[in-house]
Amino acid sequence: MPLIHRKKPTEKPSEEVADDDSQQKPHESSKTHKKSNGGIEKGKWSCIDSCCWFIGCVCVTWWFLLFLYNAMPASFPQYVTERITGPLPDPPGVKLKKEGLKAKHPVVFIPGIVTGGLELWEGKQCADGLFRKRLWGGTFGEVYKRPLCWVEHMSLDNETGLDPAGIRIRAVSGLVAADYFAPGYFVWAVLIANLAHIGYEEKNMYMAAYDWRLSFQNTEVRDQTLSRMKSNIELMVSTNGGKKAVIVPHSMGVLYFLHFMKWVEAPAPMGGGGGPDWCAKHIKAVMNIGGPFLGVPKAVAGLFSAEAKDVAVARAIAPGFLDTDIFRLQTLQHVMRMTRTWDSTMSMIPKGGDTIWGGVDWSPEKGHICCGKKQKSNETRGEADENSSSKIKPANYGRIISFGKEVAEAPPSEIKNIDFRDAVKGQSIPNHTCGDVWTEYHDMGIAGIKAIAEYKVYTADAVIDLLHYVAPKMMARGAAHFSYGVADDLDDPKYKHHKYWSNPLETKLPNAPEMEIYSLYGVGIPTERAYVYKLNQSPDSCIPFQIFTSAHEEEEESCLKAGVYNVDGDETVPVLSAGFMCAKAWRGKTRYNPSGIKTYVREYNHSPPSNLLEGRGTQSGAHVDIMGNFALIEDIMRVAAGGNGSDIGHDQVHSGIFEWSERIDLKL
Amino acid sequence: MPPNPILRLRKIYFSVRNNEDTIIHAAKHKATTEKLKRRRSMRWSCVDSCCWAIGYLCTAWWFVFFLYHSVPVPAMLQAPESPGTRLSRDGVKAFHPVVLVPGVVTGGLQLWEGQPCAEGLFRKRLWGASFTEILTRPLCWLEHLSLDSETGLDPLGIRVRAVPGLVATDYFAPCYFAWAVLIENLAKIGYEGKNLHMASYDWRLSFHNTEVRDQSLSRLKSKIELMYVTNGYKKVVVVPHSMGAIYFLHFLKWVETPTSDGGGGGGGGPGWCAKHIKAIVNIGPAFLGIPKAVSNLLSAEGKDIAYARALAPGFLDSELLKLQTLEHLVRMSHSWDSIVSLLPKGGEAIWGGIDSPVEEGHTCIYSKRKSSQPSLNDLHKQNFSIKPESWVKEPTKYGRIIAFGKRASELPSSQLSNLNVKELSRGGSTSNDSTSCGEFWSEYNELSRESIVKVAENTAYTATTVLDLLRFIAPKMMRRAEAHFSHGIADDLDDPKYGHYKYWSNPLETKLPDAPGMEMYCIYGVGIPTERSYIYKLSTSSGKCKSSIPFRRDGSMDGDDMCLKGGARFADGDGSVPVTSAGFMCAKGWRGKTRFNPSGMDTFVREYKHKPPGSLLESRGAESGAHVDIMGNVGLIEDVLRIAAGASGQEIGGDRVYSDLITMSERISIKL
Repeated sequence: MPLIHRKKPTEKPSEEVADDDSQQKPHESSKTHKKSNGGIEKGKWSCIDSCCWFIGCVCVTWWFLLFLYNAMPASFPQYVTERITGPLPDPPGVKLKKEGLKAKHPVVFIPGIVTGGLELWEGKQCADGLFRKRLWGGTFGEVYKRPLCWVEHMSLDNETGLDPAGIRIRAVSGLVAADYFAPGYFVWAVLIANLAHIGYEEKNMYMAAYDWRLSFQNTEVRDQTLSRMKSNIELMVSTNGGKKAVIVPHSMGVLYFLHFMKWVEAPAPMGGGGGPDWCAKHIKAVMNIGGPFLGVPKAVAGLFSAEAKDVAVARAIAPGFLDTDIFRLQTLQHVMRMTRTWDSTMSMIPKGGDTIWGGVDWSPEKGHICCGKKQKSNETRGEADENSSSKIKPANYGRIISFGKEVAEAPPSEIKNIDFRDAVKGQSIPNHTCGDVWTEYHDMGIAGIKAIAEYKVYTADAVIDLLHYVAPKMMARGAAHFSYGVADDLDDPKYKHHKYWSNPLETKLPNAPEMEIYSLYGVGIPTERAYVYKLNQSPDSCIPFQIFTSAHEEEEESCLKAGVYNVDGDETVPVLSAGFMCAKAWRGKTRYNPSGIKTYVREYNHSPPSNLLEGRGTQSGAHVDIMGNFALIEDIMRVAAGGNGSDIGHDQVHSGIFEWSERIDLKL
Repeated sequence: MPPNPILRLRKIYFSVRNNEDTIIHAAKHKATTEKLKRRRSMRWSCVDSCCWAIGYLCTAWWFVFFLYHSVPVPAMLQAPESPGTRLSRDGVKAFHPVVLVPGVVTGGLQLWEGQPCAEGLFRKRLWGASFTEILTRPLCWLEHLSLDSETGLDPLGIRVRAVPGLVATDYFAPCYFAWAVLIENLAKIGYEGKNLHMASYDWRLSFHNTEVRDQSLSRLKSKIELMYVTNGYKKVVVVPHSMGAIYFLHFLKWVETPTSDGGGGGGGGPGWCAKHIKAIVNIGPAFLGIPKAVSNLLSAEGKDIAYARALAPGFLDSELLKLQTLEHLVRMSHSWDSIVSLLPKGGEAIWGGIDSPVEEGHTCIYSKRKSSQPSLNDLHKQNFSIKPESWVKEPTKYGRIIAFGKRASELPSSQLSNLNVKELSRGGSTSNDSTSCGEFWSEYNELSRESIVKVAENTAYTATTVLDLLRFIAPKMMRRAEAHFSHGIADDLDDPKYGHYKYWSNPLETKLPDAPGMEMYCIYGVGIPTERSYIYKLSTSSGKCKSSIPFRRDGSMDGDDMCLKGGARFADGDGSVPVTSAGFMCAKGWRGKTRFNPSGMDTFVREYKHKPPGSLLESRGAESGAHVDIMGNVGLIEDVLRIAAGASGQEIGGDRVYSDLITMSERISIKL
């Protein structure tokens, strides 16, 4: 560096001479000359100087902008937005405070899968310096810096589904666990802020954070999370003058809380020993947000080939990219291996089998019209029904996985299934180039893969068998914790086992006639419901199946997009899964709801943010963004402040949930 | 972006060739040239140079930064093995659940509801972390952190709450650890969220009010019960720090008091502590209060501020950015009840009277004491009071916690005016002149000049009379706070009045719970000069605005020995808490079966001698004894880990005393 310093002045004079003289050119050629003039001007600096100048410039501008940004009054963005879009409605917190609402019932949040932060408590050498830093949530900086280390730490032991030796990853506790998933990407923060307006604070709000990778019972075994939740709810109820708690679970948290309600009343060794009226004493209402009561088809695709819609689309755009070894990292395979160690993903496999999700030739949502992104809030069910008979082939949603588009559309009589269950798994593996990534596909061999593809069509029942065949180890582990059936006789003593507790079709609700259960979810967004698969021909991929992304209907109204059949929902959970229990199975006194707990279905129609300034919108219906939906927040706050279902307006339905529920023939 | 270097060279060459053709025109274009020159020099202007310089610096910085990160740490600079790793290898495993109780100031506070000026700060930290808000909106910050001066609770429309969880106090400010090192070491032997709990509370409130407003005590009780059950019925080890020690004393009494009694207890029943608590490991406990609190309340001066004032007189008093720094601070800290809990307790019996300090004969040789010096030598010196004649003429009179003027601090008692503060009237007539100093409230405004002078006239105050002084100066605050705290010594502990919660945090007015199996540890640093008594002077009110704090520390008072410096006299301690306060209860007050400790639970005193960090690389040192830094002391961490893993006090080595605590305790005669 000092060399350059010294050099500069010595070079200067000679260049200046040249420079000066060049100025004396006649004026005619000045145009080209000026250019060279500029060049020489800069030439006086060395390249490094120019770089420095450039960096300095950028830095200074950046600082200046940063300064301006910081000096800007906090209300400025709001002001701009209001100028463009007209006055914004008051946030519900402010509005309800004006109405005189006050904090009354303590509120418990139960985050869903993925949104809760996880931090490191003990790690391998490679994770040095990350003690109590977030591995999941926050900025995900470590994913880029040390991807393999990250994958290793986030995985669980694939035998026990618990911690691998020498690694302890634990849920972040407190409201910070899930208020923001990543910087600027809120999950619970908006709801929390609004509740704070009417007087909520840490002592009457509680985030029941848990390690969402574990199976529900294991969170109790390893972390005593359920006991902690029980103790905290008891504490909040007693310190708030005996007012019962309002529970707000989101996504998988819904199932987790179902599990909790059974656990807490079950006797001590397996349960919490709270006695048969614990729920009646401590819980006022359960307000499930976007609850996948009956599972989500996405989970199947996730387990089967680690593909959600987003990945499938990305693959269609840049084929081969995701399969190649980037940074010696076989992205998908690693992700798959990691997610397969997470028992919790198995809690979201579609439940209820063909009874709920439809068989080869029928499905409850039959006749649903997809208008894709163009679906507007004013569209009603009636119109959809009229159109259904016209041009497009109705989607066979019951066939959750079908191999090839033709099969997906063929009439049931033409489908010949060759049973795969007995197919011998070949010992030979198509290729060994996959590196040392462990997935169970290795054990399956060509014969097994062929057998699967030949079966052609899988309904919800068959999908479970399929997963058992494809990933026997994982499913064996999961079968100890989750069940996907429909109970014939709920009084059968076998249903006392904890694996049935998170399946609403195999458990009774607690005996708490004054409790209320709400299903709050968004509608109006195409949601994955069934998939078209193909065999993966690419030689260097380890996952033999992938979504057949070129299976695509051109018509606007078709539900088949990029190998995925869509249905109404909140982008993750189909309406059927989120609403059916509250719309039918728990409505009134049924065998699932012996005490006749009141249930309400409230749907929120999705309307995308009108412009960028609104961020993720205040009327969104998307699975996570709905947590910022003003209408939903208002409903929750009214209930927390003491309201009940009839105060907030009973049911509010935009989709065909009641009609679809009618088609499901379930003993009640 | 710069053009390609080769291209540039070509252009130069080209223009040079052109020169020969155009040389004739030189004269003609002279004027133009000069103009251009000027323009060029303008273009290569100051802004460009600045940009260049900044860019240069940035690049260099990044480069160094990059090097710093990529170059592996040399072996010699690598941190020594942490106690957690070592103990983990030795087979020490997490056993008892651990509850950490933070002290005053170190806990983070966040905003839940605020005035319009605090917009955008929802759930952001006002206290702790980076403190940026002080700089951006100081008055707003002060307003939000102050409590209501009448009730000692939230002001209207403002809710500031403690940050919950381990994040509350692991780092006080970025890189300034409080509990982080201890937590990390605990994690190494297997602790995690389920068996490690941080009992954070709003440290501004009086202890009873934390329960009234936030139910902090109930939550702590429920947490301890839960951890006890979920960890296989293993008792809890509690680790309080600083003020947390007396907060937990309060908790011990509260939890066993029936819910209907007095202000209402926790209703845990008489066996609760015996059932749930294995040991209380008090780190740097302020059991008997700290003299620093007196000077804080009188004039918002810690040692550090007094130094700063001596260096730059007038600076802190001036209206800097419309901010009368000290006055505002006084006003804020006067609204915090918890400060009052730290006032010296036990009066003259503990802290010494006008003439009889308990530390009599204590030598101040701290700054000369080096870590290499053998400790035996020190002990020898102290025990036999071998003082070099040259710099100690007469024993320091520590008993006079506040003395006005150096003379008053040294005179024999007979020559002191024996003014009875209680009888003074607070004349309010002449206070009008101070109202022009701004509209904020501070009770000094109501004091008349005469009474101030009277208070200050050649007087000295002991631990007992200092309370009268405070009552005189800040009657509202003391009235509010004395409903929550008491600073005396009980004559008869069975007196039913001691059922009131205001006595619970004073170890001299409560009995320890009936839990013979419990262990009480006092572990603290020694070897750092700690403020013990002060020399004050009246502040001369110069300028148009009278400073509304009439007293200030006499920063010019430097003794010829090390005991007197910057207007404060120093005794042995950890920089904040003198040895007497931290160690006396464990060394004597609770030792054996005394009336304060009826069940005779074991007590242990463990001192850690302060060793300043050997080099800058060690930052705050692994062997520090300072009040907060001691939480990173490897010896202390090891002791805490061993206790948490199930060891008893005898197993970790029983008592360990470096200071003259024992002789000092001998001199204190209270009924036991």
